[in-house]
Amino acid sequence: MKKTLFLSFVLIALSQFVSAQKYFTKNGSISFDATSPGSPENITADNRTVTCVIDAANGNIQFKAAMKAFTFERALMQEHFNENYVESTKFPEAKFAGNISNMASIALDKDGSYPATVKGKLTLHGETRDVETAGKINVSKGKITATASFSVLLSDYKVNVPGVVSDKVSKTAKIIINCGLEPLK
Amino acid sequence: MQIRIGSILLAGVLFSQLAHAQDDLLGLLGEDKPQKEYVKAAFKSSRVINAHSMEFLNPGTMDFRILHRFGTLDQGYKNFFGLDQASMRMGFDFGIRHNLMAGIGRSTFKKEVDAFVKYAPLRQSTGPGSFPVTVAFVGAATIDGLPWADPTRTNYFTSRMAYYFSAIIGRKFNESFTLQLTPTVVHKNLVQLQTDPNDIIGIGVGGRLKLNKRMALTWDYTHVLDGLPTGYYNPLSVGIDIETGGHVFQLHVSNATGMNERAFITETTGQWGKGEIRMGFNLSRTFQLKKHKD
Repeated sequence: MKKTLFLSFVLIALSQFVSAQKYFTKNGSISFDATSPGSPENITADNRTVTCVIDAANGNIQFKAAMKAFTFERALMQEHFNENYVESTKFPEAKFAGNISNMASIALDKDGSYPATVKGKLTLHGETRDVETAGKINVSKGKITATASFSVLLSDYKVNVPGVVSDKVSKTAKIIINCGLEPLK
Repeated sequence: MQIRIGSILLAGVLFSQLAHAQDDLLGLLGEDKPQKEYVKAAFKSSRVINAHSMEFLNPGTMDFRILHRFGTLDQGYKNFFGLDQASMRMGFDFGIRHNLMAGIGRSTFKKEVDAFVKYAPLRQSTGPGSFPVTVAFVGAATIDGLPWADPTRTNYFTSRMAYYFSAIIGRKFNESFTLQLTPTVVHKNLVQLQTDPNDIIGIGVGGRLKLNKRMALTWDYTHVLDGLPTGYYNPLSVGIDIETGGHVFQLHVSNATGMNERAFITETTGQWGKGEIRMGFNLSRTFQLKKHKD
């Protein structure tokens, strides 16, 4: 009995090293486009310091993006984004925690392009909502790139767009994610 | 006993693994290092109302400012509460660095041109190496454009000139409340009467209280410590800032007509107590001249 226990103990400890290969990045990119059709200016921004971790063992995937790291073409737009729309001082980060449901069919150690179905919870502006999207994982010469795009309704996250700018700022934002991942040691 | 301890340990390891796998993947990367961050948006505009604020334009942007000051409210309906008379200043401000800006403007009052440079050696920040306040300096010159009052005497161009220097010490206490002190010296090369002093020293108190995300209550008062001739009063302005996209409207009531420091600190003739206050607005429209990078 004692031996069995000890063995399982060692096995579990080992398995933690072997099976649970994780991949990560600290400079992934997330951009969004919330331009109203016919708007004279583009309401777009991107963030190139996104953190992402994927656990290959179970398909868990998490993202973190600092709101103040979204850069706009116009400085004033960026200030208003942080001050009036997403309130970056109160809610400094957007987070996503979810799972790649078809992880079993994705071989991160083999070249190829794999569709990935991701489901999870997106927290933005203090509000958490379920999000589901079809992304893609590309493996080429050992380089892993995860991409996805989806739309969110701004009102779901209590981001108010005042009437005077509704001809410029859309009610939805299209979010594009692009992360190159490395093995986490 | 040992077996029991073993099972508890095993259960513990199993549990920890489960817990680990489910939540904090991001935690595996360690804590983010706290970074020094400058405090932004202490005021919606680079002016409180009349006085310079601790806020700077973003680099590569230009602020086109149109300022109006109407007649006094106590004139009643015959002058439509002062709206029939308007004095204006039109100006362009430029953001050069995050802590450096310059601007030029012209007022109808005295046909005066004014130009300033504003620089902040210290900026309020958070995180490691933070600093609690912004300290900024403004240096400016004004040129009176009116014809000489007495063309028969020898008039020098320098007689048209005056200067003002302000120090701004300001702090954004929280998201909604900002307060600043602005000691200012105005120097006039030529004054009206021999008994009038050339230097006038005042201290300003300006503040902002945000009412909601896009509106704020602002106030701007300068107490002249020394050198104000009789018949002139301390300027007090109270207003509302309204922000819509690229515009900021500053609506206010004030006893001052002047729209630069020389004019509103030293030449305010209205008295609040007598109802000699006027409506006014500042309209600010920001343009991005150079592509923004941060």
